[in-house]
Amino acid sequence: MQARLKRRYRKERMFKAVGLGGLMTGLLALAVMVISILSTGLSGFTESRLHIDVYMDPEIIGTIAGNTEKERLHSLMQINYSALVRNSLRQKFPDVKGRRNIFSLQKLVSKGSREDIKQRLLEDESIIGKTITMNLLASSTVDMYLKGQISRHVDQSERKISDKQLAWLDVLQAEGRIVKGFNWKFLTSGDSREPELAGIWGAAMGSFLTLLVTLVVAFPIGVASALYLEEFAPKNKWTDLIEININNLAAVPSIIFGLLGLAIFLNLFNMPRSAPLVGGLTLALMTLPTIIISSRAAIRAVPPSIRDAAIGMGASRIQTQFHHVLPLSMPGIMTGTIIGMAQALGETAPLLMIGMVAFIVDVPHGVLDAATALPVQIFLWADSPERGFMEKTSAAIIVLLLFLVLMNGLAIWMRHKFEKRW
Amino acid sequence: MITKKLSMLLSAAALTVAIATPAVARDQIRMVGSSTVYPFATAVSEEFGKKTKFKTPVVESTGSGGGLKLFCEGVGEKYPDITNASRAIKSSEIKRCAKNGVTEIVQVKIGFDGIVFANSKKAKRVELSLRDIWTALAAKVPVNGEMVANPYKYWSDVNANLPHIKIEVLGPPPTSGTRDAFAELAMEGGCKTYPDIKAMKKKDKKQYKTICHTIREDGAYIEAGENDNLIVGKLQANPDAFGVFGYSFLDQNSDVIQGSIIKGKEPTFENISNGSYPISRSLYFYVKKAHVDKTPGIREYLAEFTSDNAMGEYGYLTEKGLIPMPAADLKKMREHTKNLVTLSK
Repeated sequence: MQARLKRRYRKERMFKAVGLGGLMTGLLALAVMVISILSTGLSGFTESRLHIDVYMDPEIIGTIAGNTEKERLHSLMQINYSALVRNSLRQKFPDVKGRRNIFSLQKLVSKGSREDIKQRLLEDESIIGKTITMNLLASSTVDMYLKGQISRHVDQSERKISDKQLAWLDVLQAEGRIVKGFNWKFLTSGDSREPELAGIWGAAMGSFLTLLVTLVVAFPIGVASALYLEEFAPKNKWTDLIEININNLAAVPSIIFGLLGLAIFLNLFNMPRSAPLVGGLTLALMTLPTIIISSRAAIRAVPPSIRDAAIGMGASRIQTQFHHVLPLSMPGIMTGTIIGMAQALGETAPLLMIGMVAFIVDVPHGVLDAATALPVQIFLWADSPERGFMEKTSAAIIVLLLFLVLMNGLAIWMRHKFEKRW
Repeated sequence: MITKKLSMLLSAAALTVAIATPAVARDQIRMVGSSTVYPFATAVSEEFGKKTKFKTPVVESTGSGGGLKLFCEGVGEKYPDITNASRAIKSSEIKRCAKNGVTEIVQVKIGFDGIVFANSKKAKRVELSLRDIWTALAAKVPVNGEMVANPYKYWSDVNANLPHIKIEVLGPPPTSGTRDAFAELAMEGGCKTYPDIKAMKKKDKKQYKTICHTIREDGAYIEAGENDNLIVGKLQANPDAFGVFGYSFLDQNSDVIQGSIIKGKEPTFENISNGSYPISRSLYFYVKKAHVDKTPGIREYLAEFTSDNAMGEYGYLTEKGLIPMPAADLKKMREHTKNLVTLSK
């Protein structure tokens, strides 16, 4: 008797230890992932700029023609900004001679600096002919060096930045002309081939528009089907078959839905490729089963006494559903929907088939504009040869994780706020 | 309350479907195709979008074969204007295109891409022949006149001059264009050096190809996925391993990895450009002539791509690892592109 009791306690302790061990392994994996992403990704949110005196040479700039802003912008596009930057840098370092050297001097500054200069010119034309100090964006290589990701203590042939460039940077640094700042562009612009110019906003907008379409399509259909199946449909072989199919659909790999989207929306309905509309519809097909299943569970959890009372008071069946059952099950339905949405937010495979894995610079503004999505952007950056994209990839992962945490947090909050207990 | 919200959602859904009428006028160039050309095509697109009044083109990365398939599906707004390819179009693809009404195709050769065989800088640089590569990686190799499953475990087994380290090569999977080119140029090139196998080419071409192109699957060759950055990372972690990938990745990571010398030639810009480095291939893109002037900006895009600013000695594409053609070929190509000379059938 004593021995058996002992054995039972031992078994219990063992089970607890194994469970705790499993939990710890999971937490450890999570911690390693989060730490590694944060350690490489956080620097992606900062950028380096160089204080350079730029002479707004009237000969290079010419006259800015046009009355409307659009015409003026077009005229501003024609300016040879690299010549402006090059001349200003040569003024700073007058003893740099030779085409190759001047070329590598110019490489200190990002190609994106032309946007800064353009903006200044658009705002204030009177600066033409004057010398103004500007914060020009440093190139990705310089940025990588300043962030300590390129070591200067190796042979010149083994790094992307040359000894000469280092010497120039040292001069600039000694004069306090190198400043670091928060990389707003990363949060406000679209994709770019230059790591220092690449931004996540285009992809975030794409994800937002896609999810909007998914929600608008999947939510009403999902809730209506759940309500019908749970409250109105007769229980027979057909409804059983439908139920089995819905449960199966929830487990179908997402790439299959992509193929379905390609066949139906693109080939049959001739919808445009790469559009969030198509992406949203495809993802709606994918999230529907999740929404239906969770909605049914929520509806089933409403006690029958509520329905009986409503019907007893003379309410019709529709009134019972819409005035009582649906509002009471709404927290559960919303939770399921948000989790389904979060799942859709992380999908890339179905988007591959419908052309959303693409290089898109312009930020999309409507569901028909070409767009990409957050996880796709991560995939594309991870595959880019430029070193600077490494931190951008991790930074984008941080943004995506933040969105996911936010959405899941919202689901939990809603459940706590609106949940009713009987 | 809820009913109101629901009906609002429903009407919004109806509205979205209503907007989705087909055949939306396209004012943006659409491109598909090779992931090898993708870094170059996107760089030109971005520059083009910033410099001109046209919208920035959309570039999809679908792989060469997938791109040509989409490209050949027809003429019209639905179909891409341009497809990028890391190989020349096949005659079967031209036929397929013609069947769907795509008869006029302009081929633009943009330059070369070298495929490098590289290892970590922490290890010694090695010198290989194509024969070494094939013998180390083929599924079956001749031993005493018979074809047997590849028995070699160490590089020194393949060639006594090579170091005594385990054969471990990370490379692209069969779906990749880089793998195709590697099989065709490096593997077949090495395989041909065995007279017995070379003689087979005339007799049984199919078997010859199988023997030459099949890569061993016993763990010595590790398929590392399409992500070349991953291979670069793994090479740094394991100095004994070698990796197979495009030149632009070597160029961008020259501080941590080094390209092996093949047939006495280092994978450098010059050697690939003049064709002396043995594993290099041409890169192309194809333009649907019927779309020029229909989709705004195609002519300007072609001009930007072939400009000195992009392809020249100090051009931004060159900086991204594209290896331009020799000057004479470049001039001819520009002429052809400008006049939209189509492929002859």
